[in-house]
Order: sequence, then structure tokens, then C-alpha cells
Amino acid sequence: MHPAPSIILFTTLSGLGFGLLAFLGLGMPGATGWVAFAFFAIGFALAGGGLVASTFHLGHPERALKAFTQWRTSWLSREAWTSLATLSVMGLYAIGRVFFDASWQPLGWLGAALSVATVYCTAMIYTSIKAVPRWNTGLTPLHFLTLSAGGGALLAGEVSLAAPLLALAAAVQVLVWMQGDGALARSGTTMASATGLSSGAARAFEPPHTGTNYLLREMVHVVGRKHSRRLRVLALILGYGLPILLLLLPFTHWLGLLAMLTHILGILAARWLFFAEAEHVVGLYYGKR
Amino acid sequence: MTELPTATDRKLGLVIDLDTCVGCHACVISCKGWNTENYGAPLSDTDPYGADPSGTFLNRVHSYEVQPEDGAAQLVHFPKSCLHCDNAPCVTVCPTGASYKRVEDGIVLVNESDCIGCGLCAWACPYGAREMDAVEKVMKKCTLCVDRIYNENLPEEDREPVCVRTCPAGARHFGDLGDPDSEVSQLVAARGGMDLMPEQGTAPVNKYLPPRPRDQLDQVDVLAPYLEPVAQEPRGFLGWLDRALDQMPGGKE
Repeated sequence: MHPAPSIILFTTLSGLGFGLLAFLGLGMPGATGWVAFAFFAIGFALAGGGLVASTFHLGHPERALKAFTQWRTSWLSREAWTSLATLSVMGLYAIGRVFFDASWQPLGWLGAALSVATVYCTAMIYTSIKAVPRWNTGLTPLHFLTLSAGGGALLAGEVSLAAPLLALAAAVQVLVWMQGDGALARSGTTMASATGLSSGAARAFEPPHTGTNYLLREMVHVVGRKHSRRLRVLALILGYGLPILLLLLPFTHWLGLLAMLTHILGILAARWLFFAEAEHVVGLYYGKR
Repeated sequence: MTELPTATDRKLGLVIDLDTCVGCHACVISCKGWNTENYGAPLSDTDPYGADPSGTFLNRVHSYEVQPEDGAAQLVHFPKSCLHCDNAPCVTVCPTGASYKRVEDGIVLVNESDCIGCGLCAWACPYGAREMDAVEKVMKKCTLCVDRIYNENLPEEDREPVCVRTCPAGARHFGDLGDPDSEVSQLVAARGGMDLMPEQGTAPVNKYLPPRPRDQLDQVDVLAPYLEPVAQEPRGFLGWLDRALDQMPGGKE
């Protein structure tokens, strides 16, 4: 799949932001006043900013409100609702924390649950696409959720929680790669099933067009795969290894900031691979798988 | 509404004969023509005369070479457009309700004024039947020429999808695949019509008729083994050249 920068940025940042909001909702840290303001500002900037980034890839952003209508079947529509609900509930909760030195805890719990639901909906958008076998697995939501938990804990400064959660997320990430590499072969969709030509081995002889087209640009991205192994190692080191190491050192805010930055860099690399390596079965028609 | 109907009154669709298609692309061009001039946003071309031409098409013809275990390779032309699936994954993922499947005839359509151009339906379709128009930024797909098949302003013989109307080889057939007595259903039954990617669970309405097996030409003539081979040892100048070249270093192994 085409790794669109706006979607990579959106899924990475909003995943992190909703992870942070979930921890804030649970009262971790239970800060008030200006400190709380800073935490909530970062959470809203990441989660809300991600949502804004996601509208950049829409052909008609002016109609974006219509995306709230089809929550019965569409995970994208459900994501729109849960993210809006999360930001509203957590906004009220933040007002209590920042201005009234109050902890309206039931609101916080609700906001935390909604944050988790939002990340789950984001993951399900990809999981539900059967035409991309690499995504079409229960590991995808597990990956998104553990990653948000690890990154959220890191951002919330929950040092003792962040290290084990990041380690767990790293383990799930490795599992995702391992099972993803054989997903297309296991899906049973082949050139023979795509074309129904079974009297012999089929080979793409001539494409339908001399130039490129939307399908090839959007769904048959093959450029980045040659760096896959190196990028995976980089993502593991930057996204998980280094932050865990920095968390184990005596805590200072500078080390925390450094841990957060390498984490984001590593996750951006992993998320780029998440799209670039995902094989859409339409590529079979072009002999490109 | 993006909930799929549990059943449709009719299942209008195409039956495409891979045995007959000659790969002329006339269906591609007539489709582009009709759908640019009629229903919905026109199908754009970008840089059509430049170095990197690209365009939106609702119907495209691939060509495959099939190599049987024994026997000659076969070239199969393979037109591909929306299959108007009963279990259309492109419809349920749509967040705005722009994509829908009609209860009355099973046609899958896009209401372009509701489309936000997120592209998720194109991702969900395993066949690559949907293309986002590069200029209009809305999703385009085969409408089964919904503006022709019910159009009383057209002569009756023109009330079928333009790709079917234009096909010079008679490789495309249009009809109700939900009615077992219809001509298309009987054609599918007689020729062993098949689904594309059945394992994807999309339950496509359009069917493809597989190419018939070719004649086996094992022997041209029963006397062939007894005939003298035509090629003989070269004589004269060519014979001398052959021997001279053999004499050169590395000439004769």
C-alpha cells in the first residue's frame, strides 16, 4: 500500500495522544493546575492534531462531517465518533483538573475507556480489509493497543509502567512481522484464483495500460521493501530498545524527552513499513506480487 | 446506507467470455466515452500527451499468458470491471453512505456528492474495481450503465451497458444472474462460469467463462517421422565458411 505521509503521521501521533489521554484519565499522573495543563495540551495536540492531519488526504475535506453517519458498518465512521467523544469527555475532565483542582474521576474513567476504543477503531479500519492479508489479523488491534499503552505510559511519565509495556509492545511488533511475512501466501489468494485461469501457470503478459494508474500508485507500492530488514532493526532499536534503556537509567526530564523522541522516530519507521509492506491482492492482476 | 441488503430483487451483472475476448479494448474506450459524457463526474486524464500519462477507467483489459503442462502457451485477454458483489466489502467500509448496493437490481453505486474521497472503498475492493478520479477527487466505479439500461430515450437495443453493446466479438453478456432461467444464467451453467477470488468471500455477481481447451496438435502428419530432414550439411562456400570458422580458436568444441 502507498505509505501516505498524512496517514503515517496521523496514526502514529494520534495513537500516542490517545494513549496519553487514557493514562491521564486514569489519574496517572494525578497532576492539577499548570502541570495538568501541560499534560492535557500535549495529549490534545497529538490526538487532535492527528485527526486534522488525517483530513489532509481526503479528496473532499469539506464533506468530512458526513463521515459520522455510517457507524453501523464502517470502522472509519466509528473512529470519528469515538475520537470526538474522547476529546469531549477528556476536555471536561481536563477543565476539572486544570482550573478547579478537582478530579472528576468517573469522567476520567469514561475518557480512558473511550481512548482505548478509539485506538481499537483505528486498528479495525485496517484489520477489516480482507484484501490486505497482512492486516487482516487479530494481531493488528493488539499491536495498535499495546503500542498506544507503551507510548502513552512513556509520555505520561509513568516510568515503572512504560518499560514493561514497551517491551510487551516490542514483542507484539516482532510477532506482527513474523506472521505478516507469510500472510499473503496463507490467504489462498493467488494469481490463479484472481484470474480463474487454472489450465496452466498464468503470467501477466501485458498490462491494461501503458502508463501508471491509481491502483498501482495506491495499492501496488513495491519500492520500500528492499530496506525492510534494516528499517525493522532501526524501528526496534529506536522505538523500543533505546526508550526502555533510557527509562532504566536514573530519571531526568531530559532523558525522558530523549526517550520520547527516539520512540516517535522508531514508530514512524515501523508505521511506514506497516503500509509499504502491506500487499494488496489487486497486485496479483498486475503480476506484481 | 452502507448496510448491505440481505437480498436483491434482481442481480444485474455481466458474463464475460474469456474464450471469445480478442483484447481489442473497445469496451474500455466506449466505457470511458459514455461515462465521461453522462452520469456523474467525468473520467479525467492527466498529462494525456506528456511523458507520464494517467487516467481514470472503470473497465480495463489485462492480458495473461497461460502455459499448460504440455501444449502451446495460450494468450487470454481479461476484461475487469466492478463485479457488483452480493457481499460487497467496498460498501460496508464507506463512512459517509456514499457507497450503496441497490435493493431493486443489486447494482453497486457511488453517490458522488456524498463522497469525501477517503479512498477506503478502493482499499477494500480486492479486484481494483474502484479508482479515485485525480481531478474530481471522488471515487469512480462501473455503474453497469444505470443511465442506459433504464433509459427510455434510447432505442431498445441500446438499453444495455455500453461495453456489452460495443463488443465486436460478443464476449460480453448482460442480464439478470439472479434468475436461473435468464440467458446469462444458462450461459454460466453451460460453460462452467466462475467467480474471481471466491476465497475473498465477496460473492461476485459478474461471472467469467473460462477459455475452452485448445486442440492438441501432437503430430502434423502421420508420415512426418519418415520425411528427410530439410537441413543438410552445408556445401560450397557456406561449407567452406563453416569449416573455416570451426578452425578458429574456440571454434569447435
